[in-house]
Amino acid sequence: MTISEINYKKETTLEPINLGQLTTLNLGPTHPATHGVFQNILQMDGERVVSSESTIGYIHRAFEKLAERRPFYQITPITDRLNYCSSPINNMGWHMTAEKLIGIETPKRVDYMRVIIMELSRIADHLICNSILGVDAGAFTGFLYIFQQREAIYDIFEEICGARLTTNIGRIGGMERDFTPSIIAKIYRFLDDYTLALKEFESLFNRNRIFMDRTIGVGGISAERALNYGFTGPNLRAAGVDYDVRVTTPYSSYNDFDFDIPIGKNGDTYDRFMVRNEEMWESLKIIRQALDKLPAGKHHADVPDFYLPPKEQVYNHMEALIYHFKIVMGEIEIPKGEVYNCVEGGNGELGYYLISDGGRMPFRLHFRRPGFIYYQAFEEMIKGSLLSDVVVTMSSLNLIAGEIDA
Amino acid sequence: MEEVELNKEFITSQLTSSFGHYIINSEETYGMITITVDRSKILEIMNYLYLDPKLSFTFLTDLTGVHFPEPKDELGVVYHLHNLPANIRLRIKTFFPKSDSVIDSLTSLFSSANFMERETYDFFGIIFKGHPNLKRILNVDDLDYFPLRKEYALEDSTRTDKDDTMFGRG
Repeated sequence: MTISEINYKKETTLEPINLGQLTTLNLGPTHPATHGVFQNILQMDGERVVSSESTIGYIHRAFEKLAERRPFYQITPITDRLNYCSSPINNMGWHMTAEKLIGIETPKRVDYMRVIIMELSRIADHLICNSILGVDAGAFTGFLYIFQQREAIYDIFEEICGARLTTNIGRIGGMERDFTPSIIAKIYRFLDDYTLALKEFESLFNRNRIFMDRTIGVGGISAERALNYGFTGPNLRAAGVDYDVRVTTPYSSYNDFDFDIPIGKNGDTYDRFMVRNEEMWESLKIIRQALDKLPAGKHHADVPDFYLPPKEQVYNHMEALIYHFKIVMGEIEIPKGEVYNCVEGGNGELGYYLISDGGRMPFRLHFRRPGFIYYQAFEEMIKGSLLSDVVVTMSSLNLIAGEIDA
Repeated sequence: MEEVELNKEFITSQLTSSFGHYIINSEETYGMITITVDRSKILEIMNYLYLDPKLSFTFLTDLTGVHFPEPKDELGVVYHLHNLPANIRLRIKTFFPKSDSVIDSLTSLFSSANFMERETYDFFGIIFKGHPNLKRILNVDDLDYFPLRKEYALEDSTRTDKDDTMFGRG
């Protein structure tokens, strides 16, 4: 079903009428509908937005400066806190950047394990965005039903790495330990459960008259404007551009899997919702393929200079102890170079621009956060719309304060 | 129009034929074509890369600053461009002395440059000429220094209980 079939007109294109009396309204920094700390100063004419200004930086934590004082493996916990709804993708993106600089080839098994974890976290990211969008439009039920599935994903993460939200998952060169049979069984069970849960969720929203009335034609952006504003990810695909880093520059063996790129047409809130829903189905497809074809082999690359040796070897073998000491104290050779590496994060192209001068710490590390870049379009997107539409638009863009503020 | 492969040689020759000595260097590192240009022509070069039908680098992926205190105390701006249909990425770099850190803004070409230039100004103090709203974005407005410049140490330099000289940059 496409949007054009619905052929539904909405009156949001009306130009605001300035009667000479405008109200200033602060939406945020701490407002239940902003889902994070950012402020929007709205100039309102009645209930319509005349102009707005976005203020960000409330949880800025100077990650780029911090990264200049940290060895490579200590930067992973920083990346957790960018888009904290899908931290494994951030972790893996950083590991792959470091691997690209050092020149590490990972075994197929590592690639597949990473793909499974990244797609699980993409589902976690999208399901939060979509269910919260429902809450903001007044439909609490879907959120309550589907949120149980996020717990299942976090249980899987917990069993893989020991943490739930800020995962710090994997290492440079591979994963810290192999998947146990119980993890694989849990993921298979999740695939079955989530298929049912997502069907239920879609039956609550997709053709719901009230939800469609609240979202179709709201907060739309054309493909040209979206590209000019640097949109990537589901928000760009909702506007009709089939750009996906997983397909254009396949990393971590993504080219082994068969999946589609869902796109929308109008770039409005409903399209963004639908694109995210469809992407969850595609993610389920990818996870199932990766699990079925999970290759045998080691769960890390053979790089003793960067990958910590197992603890029992550290206690009993001199070489392992030396490598352990060298890695922890940062006494390893890192090549000089300049690398840009990107992965498809929950919100779009998550890029890492790394300049290394051969020291133990990066000379400069810049995060290309997709949310930071497309948030600037918000002012244009909400101009002339109703206040309640502002909330829904903000929600459907999946703005994560941690990612915007770095 | 005949099909041409967008490789380093082609892009460099196209740029050199139009801008001559303003194109300082071109190389390819880790699979990314990197071209260093003179900052005085940055807007014209970006415009050319955007509008030329053979090049059409119409997507600004990333814009950021960098500070090299050695050897000449220079600031730089690094742009990452992307030609989406051909899937070719291009890195444009430009350097200028820290004492004269002014460069043309790209906001007339890319709306996405707005926040990214504000961020670069916020952290490096690079003035983007022609930017509609150049003020701090992530840091507080009354901050009186530019924190990502290398002279601002992350840790308090008066501390004597920590000695890192044996490791890294000290």
